[in-house]
Amino acid sequence: MKVVVCVKQIPDPADPGQLDPETKTLKRDSKLILDESDSYGVEMALQLVDAAGDGEVHLVSMVPNNEVSGIRTALAMGAASATIVSDEALQGSDALGTAKVLAAAISRQEPDLILAATESSDGYTGTVPEMVAELMGLPSVTFAKSISIDGSSANVRRQTEAGYDQVECPLPALVSVTAGVVEPRYPSFKGIMAAKNKPVAELSIGDLGVDGDQVGWAGAGQEIVDIAQAPAREAGEVIEDEGDAHERIVAFLDDLKVL
Amino acid sequence: MGLDKIWVFGETNGDAVATITLEMLAKARELADTVEVFMAGDGDDHSEELGEHGADTVYATGDLDGVMQGVAVASALAAIADSDGPDAYLLGTTQDGRDVAGRLAVKLDTPVITNVVDLELDGDHLVGSEPVFGGTTDVKTKNTSGKPGIFLVRPKSFVAEGIGGAEADVEDLDVPDLGATGTARITDTFAEESDGPKLDEANIVVSGGRGLGEADAYSMIAELAKLVGGAPGASRAIVDAGWVPYSYQVGQTGKVVKPDVYIACGISGATQHLVGMKGSKNIIAINKDSEAPIFSIADLGIVGDVHKVLPKLIEALGNR
Repeated sequence: MKVVVCVKQIPDPADPGQLDPETKTLKRDSKLILDESDSYGVEMALQLVDAAGDGEVHLVSMVPNNEVSGIRTALAMGAASATIVSDEALQGSDALGTAKVLAAAISRQEPDLILAATESSDGYTGTVPEMVAELMGLPSVTFAKSISIDGSSANVRRQTEAGYDQVECPLPALVSVTAGVVEPRYPSFKGIMAAKNKPVAELSIGDLGVDGDQVGWAGAGQEIVDIAQAPAREAGEVIEDEGDAHERIVAFLDDLKVL
Repeated sequence: MGLDKIWVFGETNGDAVATITLEMLAKARELADTVEVFMAGDGDDHSEELGEHGADTVYATGDLDGVMQGVAVASALAAIADSDGPDAYLLGTTQDGRDVAGRLAVKLDTPVITNVVDLELDGDHLVGSEPVFGGTTDVKTKNTSGKPGIFLVRPKSFVAEGIGGAEADVEDLDVPDLGATGTARITDTFAEESDGPKLDEANIVVSGGRGLGEADAYSMIAELAKLVGGAPGASRAIVDAGWVPYSYQVGQTGKVVKPDVYIACGISGATQHLVGMKGSKNIIAINKDSEAPIFSIADLGIVGDVHKVLPKLIEALGNR
């Protein structure tokens, strides 16, 4: 079984990003790491391939400046190989432009199953997986809590507002995975060393046959018209608990007359 | 002035129309002359409530027999986009809302503007406002594609308000042949039981985070929530750790809550969490670390151990 996992490298959340006021794109000059949200998809793919007894996990990612540090993390976890698409024309791409690039790169792999996070931790549009499925003409199940493969179909528990749905979906298919559903493994030292030599194919949009008008700023079809500092919420009183802080909380609630 | 027609994605919650749908209807009425609803399932069951909130017509697919809403509804909309389509589509930031939006965007080749918390008109263009970087920056985005815009609206962005409108007309929304894309089927549906007010509707929300130390300590959160007539919530960290189900999660990837009082216990205040609760009218935070970001937005901050403060608080409230 061949599983493709869509992954994204993002700025370290501990070092929050900024929008460049000139270009209105996210400044990506700090080191990029594997989005934690994607580590669940990578882990789930590895487990499914293990359970199937044969197959491999391939990573697909759209990256700035041929950046691979986060991709190496996923390879160190156990993915076999990767495709990265890096092209200056991709700067400013929105979710739809991104999905077009990913769909073109994934199609070349002819996977049985495509996994993605439900949303990235930096852009969080939460629409790319479903767009990729539509572009590839595939069925999809989003917000998966668990996946098992039964012959030629996937059985998925899909998170809903009220609980979950059990969904049966024939392969090939795309499934998006919610965070926290599996425990992502830490790359072993051996894995980290092996990752350095795993194949990473670098493609341009020309290689994929994607039209430059469809991606980047040109293809985005949307324009940021304003960027402003959000009004900050004022901090109130902060006190040290001296053993009677609960009284302050009760008094606070009494003042609000909510009890 | 305004748009001619806006379509709002109708979702349901048991027998009732989902609050997010009613919230979007209230805003859509300000922006367009005609507001209509499209939805999966049976329109007749909801035409009265949707009409009361200003929808003139409800386009409904009827029973989908287990087919996923996203692909079915998007395909049905795309089939009539050129003949009867609206100037803009509004969908809630929900599981099915995002599925419909993603599929529809590809079919119409038009962008989705996501995480919208406000909408305004700029001439004939609809402009969405979205908070980024944990709500520290507001961005306004305009659809420039020349095609109808698709907007994914975050819950609690607008206030639902009935206007005593007449029952909406119900029309069929025909789902075309979906081919391979329609082969995923829902075979069973499970609801997680909960008593007390719903997380996103409660006047008081009591949430717990990593600072609780262990899963068992969450019982203090549940007890406190019960005592104050509120709903228990959680940070993503303890949902990911499996202490409580996802339905408890407050934050960017969980529920957005705006209660009268939000009590954050052992939550440091990662941006992921703040996005989901900073709209609360009053915030009380209890955390051991005086440097925790949660204190920068708390109206009352207690630097202390939740294991000491919460039992006393529970006892004090229990004695009243």
